[in-house]
Amino acid sequence: MTQLPQTTTKKLGLVIDLDTCVGCHACVISCKGWNTENYGAPLSDTDAYGSDPSGTFLNRVHSYEVQPDQGPAQLIHFPKSCLHCEDAPCVTVCPTGASYKRSEDGIVLVNENDCIGCGLCAWACPYGAREMDAVEKVMKKCTLCVDRIYNENLPEEDREPACVRTCPSNARHFGDFSDPESNVSRLTAERGGMDLMPEQNTKPVNKYLPPRPKDTLSKTSDDIDVLAPYLEPIAQETSGFLGWIDRTLEKI
Amino acid sequence: MHPAPSVIFFTVFSGIGFGLLTFMGLGFPNVFGWSAFTFFVIAYLCSVGGLIASTFHLGHPERALKAFTQWRSSWLSREGWCAVTALCIMAIYALGLVFFKERWAFLGIIGAILSMLTVFTTSMIYTQLKTVPRWHTPFTPIIFLIFSLASGALLSGEALLASILIAIAGSTQIVAWVVGDRVFKISGTTMATATGLGTIGSVRAFEPPHTGTNYLLKEFAFVVGRKHGIKLRLISIGLLAVIPIFLLIAPFSHLLAVLAVISHVAGAFIVRWLFFAEAEHVVGLYYGKR
Repeated sequence: MTQLPQTTTKKLGLVIDLDTCVGCHACVISCKGWNTENYGAPLSDTDAYGSDPSGTFLNRVHSYEVQPDQGPAQLIHFPKSCLHCEDAPCVTVCPTGASYKRSEDGIVLVNENDCIGCGLCAWACPYGAREMDAVEKVMKKCTLCVDRIYNENLPEEDREPACVRTCPSNARHFGDFSDPESNVSRLTAERGGMDLMPEQNTKPVNKYLPPRPKDTLSKTSDDIDVLAPYLEPIAQETSGFLGWIDRTLEKI
Repeated sequence: MHPAPSVIFFTVFSGIGFGLLTFMGLGFPNVFGWSAFTFFVIAYLCSVGGLIASTFHLGHPERALKAFTQWRSSWLSREGWCAVTALCIMAIYALGLVFFKERWAFLGIIGAILSMLTVFTTSMIYTQLKTVPRWHTPFTPIIFLIFSLASGALLSGEALLASILIAIAGSTQIVAWVVGDRVFKISGTTMATATGLGTIGSVRAFEPPHTGTNYLLKEFAFVVGRKHGIKLRLISIGLLAVIPIFLLIAPFSHLLAVLAVISHVAGAFIVRWLFFAEAEHVVGLYYGKR
């Protein structure tokens, strides 16, 4: 049913830490691997070894350069996948009921047997979270690894999305946002977790943690490195023998 | 947005077909028998042909019937219902005109309303998308409805009404373009809000996720031909409105009327191509594109 549930019992989602993401793309690869081998149609690649390779991905990592008013530019790696919005515009536009948001945990899913491949849900998503598979001709999107998180055949530590499980820098966290004491709720509160494109009113469940301010060396600060005084330039003006050579060479 | 030929063909021809059905339903032209039959054949070829064309862009057209289930929330589903009911009711109305030489006026009016509702629901598929600011304005349904009525009047042979409606259609389209050129900026969605990094400084896309292209870029970041936008706008207004109005003002002849229709439809095609090609989806911002 493509009407959205009024409330969901749980609000499962991800916290993505833009401060610690190193842009290694491991989440992209583990996502593609798990979701190709498991639930639903495989994520196809077309012309994979040719001149115009293209493929379906549920998670992609962008990199942005941010230039502050002062100081050097920062490079920020930016993983992006479905945000499992509370007010998901992709769900309500679906004409067949293939797209739905689960009332028990808020995960947005596609029933691939009902999808007619009209692409309207991908048009409605501001985040580019949905991609039409070029081979299967059905809409693919992040399932929050619904076939892992409840899977009792997996060891307990593996019952989280593949991207979270694989992240080597702990930049991705999985949890229930409806519980204020959960890991993701506390991270969001402490680090000022933000919504992407809040003006689109999609109410994303996933939150992004902004990069922490960069260290700045300050002369007024008390906790400056103890070696700093030794690094100060000692001789401001040349003197002695070297000074004499310097002055003499200047005159020639 | 990628201007898929099937969707351009669909929106232009279903607009023409349902526009003509609207006028037939209201009793213009007042024809019976074989003459009415010919008009209905044209109207049904356009509307049904358009609807069939729209299924060509589906990944799984064999499941198209499932699209009738979600009319409570989905404009695409509502469009399906409106189109089928309008076509069925107009078919009964056509039986009366063609075989019994009788005008069942009540059915005709219901059919006309449903025909306009079909065009309105088609336009709402685009209007509802906040992600495409150029479409997310009241101009989208207004343009779709006026274009449909104008071409309906033209095909039903109402020369004076057609000239007036075509003039309104052309001028409304010009206003829609001028307004539409600004709405992306007004929508407030920028790379800063898309990434949430605007609080640190100015954001620039440094490296895309992949060196190759992907579905999102092909579907949403279509920029080919935009540089000819202004020229195409002028050409389309000429074909859509200026030439047909001159041909309609001239003393009536069937040849001129056919030329007016051809010119108008060609203009409508360019307008609809621009409708897609010039529409910018906010997802392009993640790639530093519009």
